Amino acid sequence: MRGKAIPVAALLVVVLLGIAAFAQTRQPAVPALASAAAPSGDPALIEHGAQLAAVGDCMVCHTAQGGQPFAGGRPLATPFGTLFTTNITPDPATGIGLWSLEAFSRAMRKGVSRDGHLLYPAFPYPHFTRMSDGDIAAVYAYIMSRTPVSATAPSNRLTFPLNFRPLVAGWNLLFLHEGQVADDASESADWNRGRYLVNGLGHCAACHTPMNALGAERSGQQFAGGLVEGWEAPPLTKLLQAPTPWTLDQLVSYLSVGLATQHGAAAGPMLPVAHSLADASQADVKAMATYLMSLQVPAGSPANPAANSAATTAAMSSATSDAASPQTVVAQSPTLKNGELLFRAACASCHGAGSPMSTLAERPSLSQSTAVNADSPRNTVRMMLDGIGWQGDGPAHYMPSFATMFSDAQIADIANYTRAQYSTRAPWNSLDESAVAKLRKETSQP
Amino acid sequence: MITLTVNGVPHTLDIDPSTPLLYALRNQLQLNGAKYGCGLGQCGSCTVIVGDQPVFSCLLPVAAVGERPVRTIESLGTQENPGPLQRAFIDQQSAQCGYCIAGMVMRAQALLERVPSPSDEEIRAHMQPNLCRCGTHMRIIAAVREAGRAGAVTGTGTGTGTAAAAAGASS
Repeated sequence: MRGKAIPVAALLVVVLLGIAAFAQTRQPAVPALASAAAPSGDPALIEHGAQLAAVGDCMVCHTAQGGQPFAGGRPLATPFGTLFTTNITPDPATGIGLWSLEAFSRAMRKGVSRDGHLLYPAFPYPHFTRMSDGDIAAVYAYIMSRTPVSATAPSNRLTFPLNFRPLVAGWNLLFLHEGQVADDASESADWNRGRYLVNGLGHCAACHTPMNALGAERSGQQFAGGLVEGWEAPPLTKLLQAPTPWTLDQLVSYLSVGLATQHGAAAGPMLPVAHSLADASQADVKAMATYLMSLQVPAGSPANPAANSAATTAAMSSATSDAASPQTVVAQSPTLKNGELLFRAACASCHGAGSPMSTLAERPSLSQSTAVNADSPRNTVRMMLDGIGWQGDGPAHYMPSFATMFSDAQIADIANYTRAQYSTRAPWNSLDESAVAKLRKETSQP
Repeated sequence: MITLTVNGVPHTLDIDPSTPLLYALRNQLQLNGAKYGCGLGQCGSCTVIVGDQPVFSCLLPVAAVGERPVRTIESLGTQENPGPLQRAFIDQQSAQCGYCIAGMVMRAQALLERVPSPSDEEIRAHMQPNLCRCGTHMRIIAAVREAGRAGAVTGTGTGTGTAAAAAGASS
């Protein structure tokens, strides 16, 4: 992965900054509470905190697979090694039961643990620092109302010298810009609320912005797309360039139920985000979508509403004709011919023209798929390798994994055929057997 | 022409290369253990072992099988002389209507060949793709656990191919 070769110069900068910032490498402890914090007696505050925690996706990272909610222990694969999330249940011994609101606020704002040690920025305090006092207090009240679980996370496995926590002080000097941002009076209340949630608690940019060599979001490239757990987190600034341009309603649907009927289903690391947002206040989700829609850079064409709606109509009618009578395939090369053959047997029962999934279940044609139309074949390949597992009792977006059924070359053939058949964009020239083999090795598990 | 090695026997079939393996097994080879359930890879009743992996045979085109050996439930035993895992399914009375059972047995067989005595957690995680509409999951898990404890199922040595061995069917 891209973080493997950290430029030596950059490393030196961190080391020097780390030394320069040595005075700040450890902050004073905030005194522990004498006994576990008493849960708030205010159910409305706890409910508000629960909805905010859903925006912050706290439970997704702070719960191990099959583990107790908020008890931590989930491995986070980073370019610098593996971190394990901590127990944030109110257990006094192994969780944060003895943390006062002051200690909790400091962690959210400055990335400092109650005892004074510096937290790694995989915990998105550079975003949480934007939160209001009231919202931090609500999240605190909610977390402290959870069931205490005794669980200690495994030790982090970071590469030297990044396992030396005081270096984070240098990182913070460079990349932590503390505090709230004032509302923009020229924008709507929804937009301001959305910006506050997207850039703060929601920490969308943590995945959807490319990282620099030090694991911080690259300045000037906010929302230009990133890589997370082997998946591409698509750019959030090109939503109007999709085959059918995104609309506010489609984005609200995607964020809150994980499905946009004109684009597809959430998968990979985005799926739990959508599940979490289902529990958020729907007004907040709409505000986030409002802000995200305002970030769009239309490519080439003017972005006036009339042009957009014309494009939408055109794309929709092409999608419809797609479903009714698919274009006859371009498949001339052996790769595409083989891809077509495999697609007919393995994919067409769901993704083919007239399949029940598209005619009855409102799932869009692959011609609308974000992954199939992306610059990189990564997510198309990832979908075939990983599929989408069953989601318990939740709304079922399911796709079987084809990892053990097909060879790397076969996966490449199917992906190349799918691109040629369903996208009007240029072929993925680099997608071959070895490219799939490489993607196969990148997984969410360290 | 498509060549398939099924339960140790090579067959040459004159069928469309995009025919799902399940259809070839049932229609051409009269191996009717594996069942057609959903045709979408959602239920697992068509599960057979290809190479050493349990796969949905309803979604796997015969052309993609390549050199990998295919094993169906018919390879594990007969009605008169059931194999150890089949025996455990009978002992635990795991079948109700029975439609899912051939798929369940083959998926469990693949696990036991890799992990001879799996934990309940491993069994549950591994068996997750296969559904039983009658709800006999607890008895199915019990049967797999019993076969595992008895150590009766071991690798057969025929399942050496992984997906990589399918390369012959690719461009």
